[in-house]
Amino acid sequence: MVLAIELIDITKRFPGVLANDRVNLRVELGEIHAIVGENGAGKSTLMKILYGMQPPDEGKMLVNGTEVDFKSPTEAIEAGIGMVHQHVMLADNLTVLENVILGSEPTKSFGRIDFESAAQHLREVSHAYGLDIEPNDLVETLEVGERQRVEIIKVLFRGAKILILDEPTAVLVPQEVEQLHHNLRELKAQGSTILVINHKLPEVLDIADTITVLRQGRTVGEVKASDVTAGDLAELMVGSELPSPETTESTVTDDVALSLRGVTVLNEEDRPVVDDVDLVIHRGEIVGIAGVEGNGQGELIGAIMGTEHVETGTLELMGQDITKWSVRQRREAGVGLVPQDRHEEGLLLTAPLWENAALGHQTQRPYAKGWWIDRAASRAHTQTIRKRFGVKTPNVDVAAHALSGGNQQKLIIGREMTADPKILVLAHPTRGIDVGAQASVWQKIRDARADGLATMLISADLEELIGLSDTILVMLRGKLVAKLDPANVTPRQLGSYMTGAAIETDGNGSADGGAE
Amino acid sequence: MNNRMRSASLALAAPLASLLLAFLLSALVLVLVGSNPLVAFGDMLEYGSRLEIVIDMLNRATPLYLSGIAAAIGFRMNLFNIGVEGQYQLAMFVAAVVGGALALPGFLHLLLILVVAMIVGGLWSGLAGLLKVTRGVNEVIGTIMLNFIAIGGIIAALIGRFRDGEISTNSGTKLIAESGWMPNLNGFVEAFTRDIKGRQLSGMLVVAVLVGIAYHLTINRSRFGFDLRASGLNPMAARSGGVPPKRMVVVAMVLSGAAAGLVGMVDLVSRYHRYDNNFSPGLGFAGIAVALLGRHHPVGVAFAALLFAFMDSSSSILQVTGSASPEIVIIMQGVILLTAVITYEYVNQIRQREETKMAALATAGGAA
Repeated sequence: MVLAIELIDITKRFPGVLANDRVNLRVELGEIHAIVGENGAGKSTLMKILYGMQPPDEGKMLVNGTEVDFKSPTEAIEAGIGMVHQHVMLADNLTVLENVILGSEPTKSFGRIDFESAAQHLREVSHAYGLDIEPNDLVETLEVGERQRVEIIKVLFRGAKILILDEPTAVLVPQEVEQLHHNLRELKAQGSTILVINHKLPEVLDIADTITVLRQGRTVGEVKASDVTAGDLAELMVGSELPSPETTESTVTDDVALSLRGVTVLNEEDRPVVDDVDLVIHRGEIVGIAGVEGNGQGELIGAIMGTEHVETGTLELMGQDITKWSVRQRREAGVGLVPQDRHEEGLLLTAPLWENAALGHQTQRPYAKGWWIDRAASRAHTQTIRKRFGVKTPNVDVAAHALSGGNQQKLIIGREMTADPKILVLAHPTRGIDVGAQASVWQKIRDARADGLATMLISADLEELIGLSDTILVMLRGKLVAKLDPANVTPRQLGSYMTGAAIETDGNGSADGGAE
Repeated sequence: MNNRMRSASLALAAPLASLLLAFLLSALVLVLVGSNPLVAFGDMLEYGSRLEIVIDMLNRATPLYLSGIAAAIGFRMNLFNIGVEGQYQLAMFVAAVVGGALALPGFLHLLLILVVAMIVGGLWSGLAGLLKVTRGVNEVIGTIMLNFIAIGGIIAALIGRFRDGEISTNSGTKLIAESGWMPNLNGFVEAFTRDIKGRQLSGMLVVAVLVGIAYHLTINRSRFGFDLRASGLNPMAARSGGVPPKRMVVVAMVLSGAAAGLVGMVDLVSRYHRYDNNFSPGLGFAGIAVALLGRHHPVGVAFAALLFAFMDSSSSILQVTGSASPEIVIIMQGVILLTAVITYEYVNQIRQREETKMAALATAGGAA
């Protein structure tokens, strides 16, 4: 039996970290093989090695029985391996066809691109694998799931027989996940070998034939999907039961912390991206906002923080009209934000931790004293955050980039929660952090809720949204289209609201959508 | 503590390594053109350590430092103020006109000239900032254009009107009355050394030191400086953190220009007391090099300015002794800058890696 991929004792070291420690992987020809493990378990490193992006320090790699030593992804592609990255990497303003051939354009005489034969080949490929796509559509007009299909076709177009998919479902709603899994089974039936990285265990059990579990850089097990439950896998992954995000009894009060009335935000083309939104968040309440990414959640946050211009409507914080206030005024009045992208919006990566703790609160005590930054008090307060929120760091003077994602996130959560917020906006608070940090972040959110904090939670993790929220509002094309009770909704139902399917069929959603 | 010492030595290693490399490369150039590098460097060192030449070096370093600080203010916010050249020349010109036209009692006259220079520099630079935030004109383009408008346009068009009488052979502004002259520091220096013959140590040195202190306090210690640095490191995060992005750009450009306005003041209030063709151009561009070499650090920029000034003032001896061509210092300055940029980046990577390692170890140690 020849294996499609065999990795033997692969070891990869990074400064201070053993990313892969004698990892073994055996992928049979024509199977769907999943690699699971929490963040930081070494999954991505292993895939980068397999795809020629990084050389291993030790170990052997065999593809179809022959030993290989990839110097670059180009060599991996030549060996028939294709990678579909976690973040879709397509040029928005090109067509599907142009994106697919980008980098390996078939040419006619004088270097002209042979679009006809490329289109022909694309149709053949997509037809053979049952992946429907129109070659001349602009990528910017496609949904997330369709874009991912383009990525897969792009890889198949180059003749890949072994596909690696890095967390392909991270950005998909349940219905799109089903579509993807259907496509993958089709590919398998056509003889492709598929390697999927994922840490959503039910999905893994649904799609995979064989599962390899990584923990802290080591292979801790290879199991048949038919022989295990999600619980078994979780135990293998973390060595214990997975934490769940559930909250306890309701702490919702009658005091309104934040209310939005008829808030509308326009984009550059003057089209509403936040459309007449009414929303009330009480003290002690967590209001969850569900929605496929890009349906106005980012702009809604911007309207609350003051970074987006509010065209019409009013915002009130503790009964005070803040519609015209600057970001700084709102910050000082107690509007806190945990941004959706830590690196892009939350941190000064090359600055020390204590300066990062001060960011957003640099005009207030303890960070500031009059016109000056109080360095001693800032450091002391950062130490407090470090202790209370379990930020693992040698000291508070190291640069933020040195910390792992989970610890960076704990620092951000800590700086916002210790600043005595009146309303806290949490955007994807546990995205990309490991299970341990996730549990601790959830606990802090629950604690703050019990202490009477009003919270707006935006998350693509539907379990998290259902588990933590007191109320869930569904955002679709800028409007709040449904108000749901998290006690009576499943991720699947939520997914159909998010895509608009449920509203069209049962008319359950109401446009007023307020939390009243 | 050990870590702090280690990071300090890393910080020093980079400029020292680039200096060494620059000397080696320059020596190589000298050998190639048939000069003896040891003799040439020896001449420079021996000549450069004379008191008169040290005074000359300090007088050259002062405007370089101010220019470096002007560039550094921009750099701290990721703004490339390439217009220090135009800002200081225009500031010098307007200050010379105002100073020559008015006569205020004593110290006020001098103060007025300096303040006018700072205001003109600040406004001219602020204009580039305004263009950036209102019209999206990149500040590099904006300041380059404003350089041309200031030097080739405004000054060239107006200078003819300010001829100082008929005897003047070159066009220039009216001589400023003595109340607008900066006192020199000769008395102070002579108290410790000996009589300085024929040289004057400009009082602008004191102004430069004050500017350096103000720079340090504003950028590294104040709330405003925090906002400015945050905007430079991550504009998106700064914005979410309450820093008004557009206002910061304009204010940073104005401050940078105000510092630039002082660059020409050594020539104006301590030397020529008028704006004419004698003053030294090019200080604005040299300031960018000095700021880079000094890593935007108030003390680092001072060392960089002193180093460049030392090379400029000591190189004239090479012409006399004939041991090498004085132009060698231009090559050296270029090489120092290039090697500095490379070694800084290299050291930076080492430091980042070390920090990551330290943090990873702390995590591993504290893991449950």
